[in-house]
Amino acid sequence: MPVTAFLTDSTLCIGCKACEVACKEWNLVPEDGLTWRGLSYDNTATLGHSTWRHVKFVERTPEPGVGGNRGEQFTWEFSSDVCKHCEHAGCLEACPTGALVRTEFGGVYLQPDVCNGCGYCVVACPFGVLDRRPEDGRAFKCTFCYDRQKAGLTPACAKACPTESILFGEIGDLRERAAKRVESLTQQGVEDAVLYDPRDTSVGGIHAMFIVRGDPKSYNLPPAPEVPTVYLRTGWISAATAALLMLAGGVYAFMGGNGNGHQNGGGRRREGGRAAGARRRAESGRPSPATAREGQSLSPPPRA
Amino acid sequence: MSVATQRIPDAASERRLEDIRREAERAGRVAAVGVRPAGAPFPVASPEKGYYGLPLLKPPTWTWEIPLYFFVGGAAGASALIAPLASAAAGASGARAAAEDETPRPAGRGTASDARWIAFGGSLLSAALLIRDLGRPGRFLAMLRVFKTSSPMSMGAWTLAVFGSATAAAKFAEMARDELGDAWPVRLATFTADGAAAATGMVLSTYTGVLIGATAVPVWNENIAILPIHFAASGVASAASLLELRGHDDQGLHWLGTLAAVAETLAGAAIEVRTDRALEPLKRGRPGWLTRAGGFLSGPIPLALRLMAKRRPGLRRAAAACAIAGSLLTRFGWVAAGAASTRDPAPPLQLNEPGA
Repeated sequence: MPVTAFLTDSTLCIGCKACEVACKEWNLVPEDGLTWRGLSYDNTATLGHSTWRHVKFVERTPEPGVGGNRGEQFTWEFSSDVCKHCEHAGCLEACPTGALVRTEFGGVYLQPDVCNGCGYCVVACPFGVLDRRPEDGRAFKCTFCYDRQKAGLTPACAKACPTESILFGEIGDLRERAAKRVESLTQQGVEDAVLYDPRDTSVGGIHAMFIVRGDPKSYNLPPAPEVPTVYLRTGWISAATAALLMLAGGVYAFMGGNGNGHQNGGGRRREGGRAAGARRRAESGRPSPATAREGQSLSPPPRA
Repeated sequence: MSVATQRIPDAASERRLEDIRREAERAGRVAAVGVRPAGAPFPVASPEKGYYGLPLLKPPTWTWEIPLYFFVGGAAGASALIAPLASAAAGASGARAAAEDETPRPAGRGTASDARWIAFGGSLLSAALLIRDLGRPGRFLAMLRVFKTSSPMSMGAWTLAVFGSATAAAKFAEMARDELGDAWPVRLATFTADGAAAATGMVLSTYTGVLIGATAVPVWNENIAILPIHFAASGVASAASLLELRGHDDQGLHWLGTLAAVAETLAGAAIEVRTDRALEPLKRGRPGWLTRAGGFLSGPIPLALRLMAKRRPGLRRAAAACAIAGSLLTRFGWVAAGAASTRDPAPPLQLNEPGA
């Protein structure tokens, strides 16, 4: 099976949201809020449990001359965001049930019949893609139209895109096309066109690449996304250290520098009636033969 | 909002209008600040602010069950370690007392028994809390479909499963010893079950630090080196304190509480001296208040109380109560800090940082 990918070219996007609509319709994704954000014309705002394609409306301060804009006009780009289907996917590594799997097309697929709604993938995703759908309890995300791909079809969003801003194809081909596209854009005077594909980070590249204008940070694309498994080594070393400290502390506290046992006794006696009474209450439940045994065959039996 | 129709004209306002007219006649245009519509200047997406400052990450979906589970699991795990230690200490001091022909004080034995109860009960409560938090509670067993070392949550689920069984076995073995006496099979069973419970208990008390540390949440992953130790100390302090409040006066518990308070003081200091942007949720707002209050109640306050407890033994109980409250606040604070951290797009986008 070929490894497939998306290449989303924001220089071609016209912000029509056909991809959002096609995605919701094909995947039967429920409505998830119709609110005014007041930040831009983008009222979808983010990807989420019920938004698997999201057209960003990147309004920026005027940049005269770039892309043919006049100085007094806003620079305005659109970019259709989607699950990145990482090469090393944090959600997939973190999922404790095996609900998240790698498909034969290289995508990351969430099996809804296995997910138990633990929510760990939500905090494991460095792109903030996954979320738990409150009324359902399970997490949801872009399926990369696994069902359509199995039938040999193009994902719904790519098929519905009227400007071929969303390209779908074999990942090697798309990387080549992306490089050529950036080059030709540069030649046309769009000198700030860049490809976002963080292959030199621990994420190891993404199966949904983006051609954007200027700094990808304006598109909320992190410059150095990390798959959270990179923290595991430090974490488990620290946990082992913590366990050793617990053990050492425990042994020292109860056995260490003894004579303590004896001093203990003195301390307890000084503490007087209330504490001793409490202790007797605690022990009185079962005046058993073993009580004396634990003190190694001592007599007489416990005071209680 | 000021309403224009309510303005009262005066000499100054009329003079200003005449100035505007003269300026327009003279220059053909009027330079002025102009009227700013509500909300202006309008937000823009930029490399300095990201995408309108909208959060890049998703906040954890966990509610109160998970921080409470961190507390309960931590205390239960540490209790499973305390049980055999207290039992052994009681044996040793009993032997010494015998040698000195003194009345034996089998205090450690009651301590061990109660510690086993806390460990076993804690494991049941932990499972209940985890199941309650799941979006699909009926599917808890899906956790045990796979054994995945790359997922701290998978490791935790398996640890809790083994821990629950081991603590039940330890409690059962203890009861068997009470009934049947100290025959070698009983002793072997006690030793094995106590050992398994203590070993998995130590994992249970520490792995939660790895669990939240190995995520994309900046305030958590920035602290992954410290979190397991911090949580282990918190668990030990709460286990020892619970036993003390139950009425056990073993010197070992007091020592453990003291050591844990020292560790918590150091952990708090290690966080406070750092000034990364990613650590701001621990120093600001509600999460900051929670973690700082939790830090004081787990570290310096019980430490001071325990150091003074030599003269005034009552302070030991106060220290224990403080440490329990501190541990609870700490767990809730860290989860709240994680949520606050995901709302700040600056750390993942490397905003306001040199070299970004």
